[in-house]
Amino acid sequence: MKKYILDLKVTASEHLREGYVLLKLTDDIPLPQMLPGQFAELKVDGSETTFLRRPISINYVDERQNEVWFLIHEVGAGTRKLGELVPGCRLNVVMPLGKGFTLPENPGTKVLLVGGGVGTAPLLYLGKKMAETGCHPTFLLGGRSAGDLLQLEMFQELGDVYVTTEDGSAGERGFVTQHSILSRAHFDRIATCGPKPMMMAVARYAREAGIPCEVSLENSMACGLGACLCCVENTKEGHVCVCKEGPVFNIDQLLWQI
Amino acid sequence: MTASGTFGYGLEFADFVNLEDIGGIIVKGTTLYPREGNPYPRMAETPQGMLNCVGLQNKGVDYFCKYIYPQIEGIGTNMIVNVSGSCCEDYAECAARIGELEHIPAIELNISCPNVKEGGMAFGVTPQGAESVVKAVREAYRKTLIVKLSPNVTDIAEIARSVEAAGADAVSLINTLMGMAIDIEKRRPVLSISTGGLSGPAVKPVALRMVWQVAKAVRIPVVGLGGIMNAADAIEFMLAGATAIEIGTANFIDPAITVKVARGIDEYLERHGYASVQDIIGRLEA
Repeated sequence: MKKYILDLKVTASEHLREGYVLLKLTDDIPLPQMLPGQFAELKVDGSETTFLRRPISINYVDERQNEVWFLIHEVGAGTRKLGELVPGCRLNVVMPLGKGFTLPENPGTKVLLVGGGVGTAPLLYLGKKMAETGCHPTFLLGGRSAGDLLQLEMFQELGDVYVTTEDGSAGERGFVTQHSILSRAHFDRIATCGPKPMMMAVARYAREAGIPCEVSLENSMACGLGACLCCVENTKEGHVCVCKEGPVFNIDQLLWQI
Repeated sequence: MTASGTFGYGLEFADFVNLEDIGGIIVKGTTLYPREGNPYPRMAETPQGMLNCVGLQNKGVDYFCKYIYPQIEGIGTNMIVNVSGSCCEDYAECAARIGELEHIPAIELNISCPNVKEGGMAFGVTPQGAESVVKAVREAYRKTLIVKLSPNVTDIAEIARSVEAAGADAVSLINTLMGMAIDIEKRRPVLSISTGGLSGPAVKPVALRMVWQVAKAVRIPVVGLGGIMNAADAIEFMLAGATAIEIGTANFIDPAITVKVARGIDEYLERHGYASVQDIIGRLEA
């Protein structure tokens, strides 16, 4: 897919909760085609300690509004600076980058999308693309407490939503892999994004149940284009760039001890 | 030109720039045998720069000749291969293999990689080591031979002179400066092998000083690199004596930076009424 350097305009900057900002961006011309699971490299201006771009997954694409959304978790100086952007600002973006999730060919495929924390972000666009093909995805979303579960209403419009929280403030108490839906329903495919321990637990469940599973990795990266070879993951084919060959991998490609 | 390891094989950037507008593309470090490189994590962001410890990951010269070269031989610019190794014989054999490729007019000999245990920088930190490997390659390789120097030395001009004496056609400098970053919460180094090579604007003053020193010490052309982010930076290197410049880490921040720098140099020449870059190379008033 052709990649672009774009100066996008911020149309909205919504503080979903403390430390989480949803940036909505548009352009004067139609945005390029983007696949769920792909990401963008966002340029950070005005931060003395931030040198590199910040790789952020595509949260949602609103074709009618010609908007692309990025859910920013403010974890450091760079992401905090991105969170300070206000409508009307321009943001330099390189996108779309990487390979996305596999979309099911058959609308009847039962897909489970498991997200944790800000890792739920790419699952929204993935769920939208699945819903467009007639597929009815099931979302299993986890957080420490109820406040960590973001964009729940939008997920609910796209499929069935189940949640877990570690403190029990919403949904079932515990981790996503402990949710009762896993013993009550059968799934044909799983896609997951979130903290690595969570994805490894999901991958372990998928392997034991014999379900194909894709995970989205977030190894620290520099170029985002497959040039610097910094973000490598050790796979059955050796070291491969997460930014170019991923960020989405089938768990069978990885050498995870699960 | 683009610096090795920051621009892939050029193809990765074809969506952003017309590759033929770039003076030369120096492709990834290539070794005689395949190398897996160092374990992850390989990168640490630092003030005005970054550390990397990639460790020359590449699929070896055979793979390059068979699968990569056919994809890049038609690119209408100087496609230059960065060659590395762990002993003189490996360097020479790898260079000889590249020498057989019609559309590769030059190699850049990497005697300055700080991220591999054997070879690499070990050759580049003593005049004798540098001379031995350049001599061996010179005998095996007839086309343009650029030797990339390490800044991790006491006297870089001395190394440059020994490389010139051994038959190099040009020198390029600087490779990365050896550095380190620590995660204080984990009390561990950020990088998998503890140390890495620093690049980006943080190294520019050091690189500029070394280019200036080397340009005065040798007669062969000097290629300047190290933290060039814009045309003004590039012009500084040229005034200090660089005949050509390489852009490296800046490609990560702006994948179209190369052509912008070239345009900026042209604008500077025009603004000052200079006919060509020859009018600014080494023309530092001191």
